[in-house]
Amino acid sequence: MVETGHFALVLAFALSLVQMLVPLVGARTGNQRLMAVGGPVTVTGFALTALSFTALASAYAGSDFSVANVWENSHSLQPMIYKITGTWGNHEGSMLLWVLILTFFGALVAVFGNNLPATLKANVLAVQGMIGAAFFLFILTTSNPFIRLNPAPVEGRDLNPVLQDLGLAIHPPLLYLGYVGFSVCFSFSVAALIEGRIDASWARWVRPWTLVAWMFLTGGIAMGSYWAYYELGWGGFWFWDPVENASFMPWLAGTALLHSATVMEKRSALKIWTLLLAILTFSLSLLGTFLVRSGVLTSVHAFATDPARGVFILCILTLFIGGSLALFALRASSLTAGGLFHPISREGALVLNNLFLTTATATVLVGTLYPLALEALTGGKISVGAPFFDLTFGPLMLPLLAIVPFGPLLAWKRGDVIAASQRLMAAFALAIAAMLVTGLFIDGGSVFAALGVGLAVWLIAGALTDLAVKSGAGSVAPAVMLRRFAGLPRSVFGTALAHLGLGLTLLGIVGTLCFGSEKILTMRPGETVELSGHTLRFEGLFPQKGPNFTEDRARFLLIGADGNANGEISSAKRFFQARQMATTESGIRTLGLSQLYLSLGDEGNDGSVVVRLWWKPLVTLIWGGALVMMAGAAMSLADRRLRVGAPARRRKPAAALTSPT
Amino acid sequence: MTRKQKRLSVIVAGLAFLAAAAGLTFYALGQKASYFYMPAELATASVPPGQRIRLGGLVENGTVVRGSGATVAFSVTDTQKSVKVTYTGILPDLFREGQGVITEGAFGPDGVFVADSVLAKHDERYMPKEVADGLKAKGVWVESKSQ
Repeated sequence: MVETGHFALVLAFALSLVQMLVPLVGARTGNQRLMAVGGPVTVTGFALTALSFTALASAYAGSDFSVANVWENSHSLQPMIYKITGTWGNHEGSMLLWVLILTFFGALVAVFGNNLPATLKANVLAVQGMIGAAFFLFILTTSNPFIRLNPAPVEGRDLNPVLQDLGLAIHPPLLYLGYVGFSVCFSFSVAALIEGRIDASWARWVRPWTLVAWMFLTGGIAMGSYWAYYELGWGGFWFWDPVENASFMPWLAGTALLHSATVMEKRSALKIWTLLLAILTFSLSLLGTFLVRSGVLTSVHAFATDPARGVFILCILTLFIGGSLALFALRASSLTAGGLFHPISREGALVLNNLFLTTATATVLVGTLYPLALEALTGGKISVGAPFFDLTFGPLMLPLLAIVPFGPLLAWKRGDVIAASQRLMAAFALAIAAMLVTGLFIDGGSVFAALGVGLAVWLIAGALTDLAVKSGAGSVAPAVMLRRFAGLPRSVFGTALAHLGLGLTLLGIVGTLCFGSEKILTMRPGETVELSGHTLRFEGLFPQKGPNFTEDRARFLLIGADGNANGEISSAKRFFQARQMATTESGIRTLGLSQLYLSLGDEGNDGSVVVRLWWKPLVTLIWGGALVMMAGAAMSLADRRLRVGAPARRRKPAAALTSPT
Repeated sequence: MTRKQKRLSVIVAGLAFLAAAAGLTFYALGQKASYFYMPAELATASVPPGQRIRLGGLVENGTVVRGSGATVAFSVTDTQKSVKVTYTGILPDLFREGQGVITEGAFGPDGVFVADSVLAKHDERYMPKEVADGLKAKGVWVESKSQ
């Protein structure tokens, strides 16, 4: 089976070479039969990659330690779920997952792209083939997961205990679906440059792919953040770690792309800019892959460092980013530019959004790469962390968030800021009220906290105002309004939900940072501790045995006002024998939207233990908001207008009444 | 305004905005980035109390003192010089004597380094890259035998 997987991977590489050459030549010479080769080859390539991945996964599931990769990263006593997720919990396997998702997206284009112009489809598949070929070659030459060991060891070396968690099942696949999803936008851009032709329908093609990638990337980042939050035991949800930034940059650029593609589709403007953004977004995804996989950064994600790998990915990076930008420089001038437009309009607001988002992306890029560049050039070692990003990224985000509610309320072509402001009066009043209440009546409410809460309420209320205004609130009878509301295009709901989610996430961040509290103390069994109105009693340490670890579990009872226990929190120190490695499992109890978070430190000789306890108000909103953003993207995707290949059905009269979006 | 003037004003406004962001970025890089030092380098570099730096090295054998509560004192060494560090909080699981660590914080007026974070890596075979590089440069690095 393992050899079958290896063989399938080599075949998939060979097919990717066919995929990148034949349709390209076909499109160039106008040969229909050559172009038609693209589809079947792409789908077959995906099937072979899937076979290869399945082969590796089954070697993991069956604990076949004759495979070096399995031996290094698995153990026969691991629970089955971690055996399977261990497939991508290492460098080789995760690169295989990367190409699996790449070929999956290629196959989606091949299957669902039937009403694309034949040459565009051929070129898109060819570019997907090029990316695939580069990464297949990378895996086969530097990161082959199918190498056998002889003689086969009897026991594996276990998966890194930090990765033995459900998070590994969700975070990498979601993140890769996002990262790699942007490859389709990239391929569409390069294909448009190759053809030298671009029009509004191009944007209609690209937008759904952008939405899909953006949705998964949002989920992947949020899941990674939550995983780090509960696994690392530091109680933080975002560390501005270079690895986090590596996934955040494509997200920022992708968000900009999502907005500029709307302008292109609706107003046939910003064409060249949108195309460039699509290239940049995937370039940042590639850069992220390079940063994480090459070993230039040391983190949990850098599984192994091998200079050959770094150099290879750097070559891929240079080839694709340099190549696409060179092609852009050559061809962009031959593309027809879109018209200019009035600055006060929906498209004007979206340009402003793009300006802020791309500048913010640039500051994150500088903060991430500058330490690497400095070390390479001068040998000086610096770290750029939260204080840097608070000073650069923060000031860029605040004005952007403040203008978000205006965007959807401005009309295309020529908007009216005053009319939009009048409609936002209620939202503004709510935001001010929230600010005053926070600043004056809540303990610990600083100016910054008041501002943050106000801004979050402004975003949430602004999103709801958008829906209310578009349903005709205030001008029509409630029954009519309800009917209009139900008939609003799904993309309107999508926009509102995404902006609402942003507000929720912001509220969670402000709540946790400004109103959270923490305590570090040494506790003996029977002692109690009180934090922000919650009382915990330490019951003691209890040794336990897991499948491949032993642990000391510290139990705490949550004592209610009446003196009775109404809940338990437990945190544990685990020891994994195979790797001789200890981890701390934090204890978390969700109370409403907030959480009590508990982490264990050193044990004393007298049964005492160091305890770090946090109260994190509204913390769940940080990730809940991301889920709402994902729901918004899904809603937008469900819009008939965007559904690729859906026949343009005549709209019902009720829907036709609503303002265009 | 003509079409050309309009376009120009948009470009000028955009560039001004970018320039402001770039200025802020470089200011922040100068002010907010923290430099990495090993104990021996601190003798030559003058780091004023209160300035945030990262200090890396090995936890010196026999120096870890667990005080009352959650405060721990230890020394970080690069085998040439050592620096006293205090830290209040939960030490990483892999923290122990002889282990490579990176601490972040600032010197107090008494010359003791007050750390607000201590990093030791998850992997037993792992040494923070900066520390390993620094020790290699000093010739005291012992290559761990590969398994």
